[in-house]
Amino acid sequence: MNIMNSLYRLFQGRHGSLGSILLLAIILMVVMPMMFDIYRLNLAGRYLTYAFVALGLVLCWGYGGILSLGQGIFFGIGGYAMAMFLKIEASDPVSTSIQSTPGIPDFMDWNRLTELPWFWVPFNSLTLTIIAVLVLPAAFAYLIGFAMFKRRVSGVYFAIITQALAVVLTILIIGQQGYTGGINGITDLRTLHGWDIRDDSARYLLYYLNAILLIGCLLIGRWVLNCKYGRILSALRDKEDRVRFSGYDVANFKIFIFCLAAFISGIGGAMFTLQVGFMSPSFIGIVPSIEFVIFAAVGGRLSLVGGVYGALIVSFAKTMFAEAYPQLWQFLIGAVFIVVVLVLPYGLASVYGRYGRRLFTPVKDWFSKRKANSSGASAGLKEKRS
Amino acid sequence: MSGFSSQELLAIFAMQGFAGVSFFSVLLLMALGLAIIYGQMRVINMAHGEFMVIGAYATYLCSITFGALPGMMDYYLFIAIPIAFGSAFIVGYIVELALIRHLYHRPLDTLLATWGLALIMQQGFRSAFGAREVSVAVPGWLRGSYRPTMMIDIPLNGIAILVLTLLVTLGVWWFLYRSRWGLRVRCTTANRDMSGAVGINTKRVDRITFALGCGIAGIAGAAFTTISSTGPTSGSLYIVDTFLVVVFGGAGSLVGTIASAFSIAQAQSLMEFFLGSSMAKVLTLLTVIGILLIRPEGLIASKVRR
Amino acid sequence: MSSNTDFLLSIENLTVSFDGFKAIEGLNFYMDENELRVIIGPNGAGKTTLLDMVCGKTRASEGSIKFKGKELTRMREHRIVWEGVGRKFQTPSIYEELTVFDNLEVSYPQGRGVFGALAFKRDEQVLRRIHEVANEIQLEDRLEEQAGLLSHGQKQWLEIGMLLIQDPELLMLDEPVAGMSVSEREETAKLLRKIAQGRSVIVIEHDMEFVASLGGKVTVLHQGKILAEGDMQALKQDKRVIDVYLGH
Repeated sequence: MNIMNSLYRLFQGRHGSLGSILLLAIILMVVMPMMFDIYRLNLAGRYLTYAFVALGLVLCWGYGGILSLGQGIFFGIGGYAMAMFLKIEASDPVSTSIQSTPGIPDFMDWNRLTELPWFWVPFNSLTLTIIAVLVLPAAFAYLIGFAMFKRRVSGVYFAIITQALAVVLTILIIGQQGYTGGINGITDLRTLHGWDIRDDSARYLLYYLNAILLIGCLLIGRWVLNCKYGRILSALRDKEDRVRFSGYDVANFKIFIFCLAAFISGIGGAMFTLQVGFMSPSFIGIVPSIEFVIFAAVGGRLSLVGGVYGALIVSFAKTMFAEAYPQLWQFLIGAVFIVVVLVLPYGLASVYGRYGRRLFTPVKDWFSKRKANSSGASAGLKEKRS
Repeated sequence: MSGFSSQELLAIFAMQGFAGVSFFSVLLLMALGLAIIYGQMRVINMAHGEFMVIGAYATYLCSITFGALPGMMDYYLFIAIPIAFGSAFIVGYIVELALIRHLYHRPLDTLLATWGLALIMQQGFRSAFGAREVSVAVPGWLRGSYRPTMMIDIPLNGIAILVLTLLVTLGVWWFLYRSRWGLRVRCTTANRDMSGAVGINTKRVDRITFALGCGIAGIAGAAFTTISSTGPTSGSLYIVDTFLVVVFGGAGSLVGTIASAFSIAQAQSLMEFFLGSSMAKVLTLLTVIGILLIRPEGLIASKVRR
Repeated sequence: MSSNTDFLLSIENLTVSFDGFKAIEGLNFYMDENELRVIIGPNGAGKTTLLDMVCGKTRASEGSIKFKGKELTRMREHRIVWEGVGRKFQTPSIYEELTVFDNLEVSYPQGRGVFGALAFKRDEQVLRRIHEVANEIQLEDRLEEQAGLLSHGQKQWLEIGMLLIQDPELLMLDEPVAGMSVSEREETAKLLRKIAQGRSVIVIEHDMEFVASLGGKVTVLHQGKILAEGDMQALKQDKRVIDVYLGH
């Protein structure tokens, strides 16, 4: 009977039921690969990398009340770290022999650099690169978070300052062309340890890797929200002072969720570079950063899987509309911002909560009946919530 | 800096200082509107830059209609400024009515909603005026420059904008601190419920305040046309700087806003000469953020027991 | 100075000014262990400010606040809580979106660091303690309800419960019965007297009947200074107290 219990638990849990994550996993791993050709699937994979950022925003904005308008920073750090590694590999002395200094990335040669700058050197190694992807975004978020939250900068001020930081990073990257590739970004990325990332089989593999990582991040998010930390986070959004005077160092709790969001976004950035084959400052600045927010808002800021659906739906809509009616798209996305805030503050997830959930009630009822029969006493259920 | 003689340095400082004046003027006018709106109703207007663009396009339209009349070319600005103010004011009034009033006390949400509004307005400009930037013919009397010494060259349009900015600032000060309306605005800011109870129509105060802030952005747009050409996305370039000016000045303080607009504009203008514009911008923004972390309440804080 | 340590809380020469306005000026205040103290005084006398300063919300311009011999004026807010000071705010300050159970659990004094909160296990002991406190504040049968749906009085009790679960040595309550019905007031007075067993309690209150029903020593604040101290009966005769507060 224990199996039944655990199955029941799967569909329980207040924040991001495992059932919804399972459903998403099936859609990502089975339905979409069956429906789409490799071109569309690659596109979906690209959009799913945005979903990482949206998921981070659900955690820190939806649950923690911390709106960051600079999530592009972390997406960018992850993406650039991966791109730097791939670029070094693509710039081996043989294929860059026509340059005046062979063996360094082409844009450096164009800008008359003669050797790899020091901060590029670690990206010779894949291990260090992966560590950088996993650590740098969170470390940077820690710096920002520490500086801001310890000084009790929050709310609108935090949003504006993170936005300004995104602007700063974009300007820096564009301005320091010789070190960063400038406005074009880092392009022409072909192989990962000799493995061609542009052919179809690689794209399939990367798509699945991306989906698995995303599901993994969802599970991490779910775990965090469902333990005491998650409830403190909700409490914090509601009454910060009460939490502080209940004996918590509020700043640390905010820093943690901000770092977690940055960590997840960084993974998304790295997967973006791998699947798309380039990285540029246009994924860091004000516009992409606020687009990530709209993904989370459309999907539902209080729904873990909502961010993923939001990223997919908005991005696909953008591709479809922007191809056919580019002017209309701007009006439409502008209207989406307004409508989501005015009419649907909890996004599509709240629509689902109102109407869609009925579809699953028979299943749940069946489980709860089994549960009730097996444990003998239905009263114990609510008392012993795990 | 070592390559310059002290006299040259002085001249550079003077010239860059005056070059910064135009930037300062536009920033201040933008920030004034934003600060009034934020101070009054805690609404963050991400579309503020677009209201500036409304003013700029209004000025542009005036310049081609009135400029075509014989003899009017030199004076159209005097008509354009009120029209720029009026058109931005009216649009602001409508926007408050349709959107903003539903969002009071949800500052983070207004941020998103007004961003949506900004996107719509940008596309509106693009549909109406095309994606290409338009520029305004500067009247003859603004074209020259004033040269006190051989090395210093101060453009007249900068001086004119500065005068305009000072007048508007004075007007705002008078409106807020000396007029009946301003009293109502300050009452509503201090205690909304009580103001309602003593018979102030707080909703109307909100609407007028918001529209007024937008109108001032419209004047900023008119000033903007004399230093740069106008495109659909011109406003978005200013929005981050403007926010930082407001926050840095200490929201709700007129003197603070002026001081912060001045220091940000001048710092950027001076550094630009030595470091190039992008590094100057980076350093200015980082410095402002750094100071904000040390003094989150801004330059001039209103101390109230909270 | 050695006498300082005999008191649970000793406040000396405390001053705070907001832009020149001195909300508290040269205040001295001592409290024993297991004492129940009521602070009264007209509006603006500095009552709430005093509590704010003890719990670290407002920082002193001058003077010292010693709790069990430790200086609080420089300590960070959550550390002050760890030392054993609990503070209830004037308006009920609870987490409206969480259930009553969660409200109490969030306040449970374990898993106070980020990683502690991630590793926190809801074991038998936690459950027992939550039920115990819920029983004390008469909300045991409403544990699963959303806290925002409680009545005003119940919200006040819930906040008291959230402090009780931390078992503080000093509990500070800012107008705990404001806006309560007569029967709720009686219940609250009963609750407070029970709570005061084994710990010190400071209560700010305006309602004289309620103050009398609590018993205990009364401190009268006026313009940031202590005007008088003693039991209620004596104070009722004090001319200065009558002038500034009680009225004729």
